[in-house]
Amino acid sequence: MSLKRQACIVGIYEHPTRKAPDKTIAQLHAEVAHGALADAGLSFRDIDGYACAGDAPGLGPLAMIDYMNLRVRHMDSTDTGGSSYLIHVMHAAEAIATGKADIVLVTLAGRPRSEGSSGTVPRNFGANAPDVPFELPYHAVTLNQYAMAAKRHMYEYGTTAEQLAWVKVAASHHAQHNPHAMLREVVTVEDVVNSPMMSDPLHRLDCCVVSDGGGAVILARPEIARSLNKPVINLLGAGSAIKGLNGGDIDLTYTAARFSGPSAFAEAGVTPADIQYASIYDSFTITVIMQLEDLGFCKKGEGGKFVADGNLISGVGKLPFNTDGGGLCNNHPANRGGMTKIIEAVRQLRGEAHPRVQVPNCGLALAHGTGGVISSRHGSATLIMERA
Amino acid sequence: MATIYQDRVITAPVATPENQPFYDAAARGELLIKRCLACGEHHYHPRAICPHCFSDQTEWVVAQGVGTIYTVSVSRRVLPTAYAIAYVTLAEGVSMMTNIVDCDLDALAIGQAVRVVFKPSEGGPPVPMFTPV
Repeated sequence: MSLKRQACIVGIYEHPTRKAPDKTIAQLHAEVAHGALADAGLSFRDIDGYACAGDAPGLGPLAMIDYMNLRVRHMDSTDTGGSSYLIHVMHAAEAIATGKADIVLVTLAGRPRSEGSSGTVPRNFGANAPDVPFELPYHAVTLNQYAMAAKRHMYEYGTTAEQLAWVKVAASHHAQHNPHAMLREVVTVEDVVNSPMMSDPLHRLDCCVVSDGGGAVILARPEIARSLNKPVINLLGAGSAIKGLNGGDIDLTYTAARFSGPSAFAEAGVTPADIQYASIYDSFTITVIMQLEDLGFCKKGEGGKFVADGNLISGVGKLPFNTDGGGLCNNHPANRGGMTKIIEAVRQLRGEAHPRVQVPNCGLALAHGTGGVISSRHGSATLIMERA
Repeated sequence: MATIYQDRVITAPVATPENQPFYDAAARGELLIKRCLACGEHHYHPRAICPHCFSDQTEWVVAQGVGTIYTVSVSRRVLPTAYAIAYVTLAEGVSMMTNIVDCDLDALAIGQAVRVVFKPSEGGPPVPMFTPV
C-alpha cells in the first residue's frame, strides 16, 4: 500500500530557546509537545501514538510517555541520529494508514550548548559498537568526517570552497528575518572562506551552530486534519535508507539520499523539478550539496554549481531552501536537525513562513534529513508534502 | 606553510574477542585484515562474518601495509595539536580510517602513496597509522 495522502501533519512547534541550562531535557520534550498540541488545536488526551529518538532521556518512549502521562497504542524509538524524526513521521503515517493510531506526536529536544557537546568531540558509543575501536584512536569527530567527504567531493568533481560557501550565504540571507536565529548577520562568500579553517576544507562558517531547544510535529488521519483549523498538509511520499562503509569498499561522494529520495518521489508521484521549497539537512555546507545531488535536484558532481550565485535564496534562486536559517544559522537542537527541517517545510506549505522568505503559493515541499556521519554510517530520510 | 606532525595522546582501542588478533598483530608491527574463503573478498574493519557474502568462513591475512590516500583532512581546532585524519585504500583494495603521521600535514594529497607505521596508544595496543612513502 502507499502512504500517499494517508496522513496529515496537523501540528508543529519549534522551541524558541537556543540555550536552556535551566530546563531538563524531559521538560523541553514536554514543552514542544505542549506547543504542537496548541498549534493543532488538540488535547494531549487525543494522542494515541508517540515517537522520539536517542535525544530523549531513559528508554525514550518509556520515559517520555510516562513523564507526559500519554496513553498510546503506537510507539517508535527509531534512531538514525538527526534524520530520526522524518522516519518517525513515515512510521506514524504507516500506523495511521493501517488503523494502528489516529494522532501521533513526535518530539525532539536537547541541550548540547549547555552541556558542551559539539561536532568536535568524538562520539564514543563504547567498545560494543564494532566500529569504535577502529575509529576512536584516530580522533574521528563529526567535523572532520564531513570534511573528508567534502575533500573527496572536491577531488572528484572540482567542487570549490566558494561553492560550499554559497550554502551558508543563502542560509544567512534567510536567518536575518528570523528573530530566534542564533546567527542573523548576512555573510558573503568571502566571509565564509576567510573564516578560520577548522578541518580542511571546512571553515568555521561551513559548520552549523550548536544550540539547545527542540521541536515537535503531530500527524493525524485526514478526516481529523480536515476538522481542525489549520491548512491541511498531506504527506505524499516518504523514504528512508542507511549507508555504511560497505565492508571497506568505500565511496564517500554520495549519501543514502540516493535511495531515500527516489523512494519518496515515486510514492508521491512527483519529480524534483516539481518541488517549490526544500528543507535540506545542513550540518555542514557539504551536506547540502551532496544531498541535493543525491535527491536529483541536479546531476552528481554538479551540486557546487547548483548552489552558487544564490540559487538557494528565497525570491532569488530556483530552489528556496531552509528559509528559517537552517542549522547553519538558526538552530540545531540536540545536534539533530531533522525536526526543524519538517517544521519549516510545513510553515512554507501553510504560508506561515516569514513574509520575506515565504515561497508564493507554496503547494509542494520536500524535507530531507541525514543523521549520523556522512563519511561513515548515516541514515537518510525524505518526506514530500503538499498543501491540500 | 608547513604543519609538521606532532605526537599526540592516542585513545586506546578496546580489544574484543572479535578483533583481538588485529591488535596482537599490531603489537608485532603487522597490519591484519580479513579475507573471505567463500567469495575471496577482503574486508575492513575485521568481522567474523563476511560483509560481502555473509559467509562465516573468514581468515586473517597480513596486509602489505601500503596504500594510497583516498581522502584526508587536517583538523586544526579540535585538539591542541593539528592532526590529519584520512581514509587510506590498501593495496588489497579495502579502505580504512587512519591518521597520516610523521610528515608535513599541509603537503598531504589525495592519491599520495603511504605505508603503515604503528603508534603507541595510551595504555592499549599500538594502532596502525600511515606516513608518506
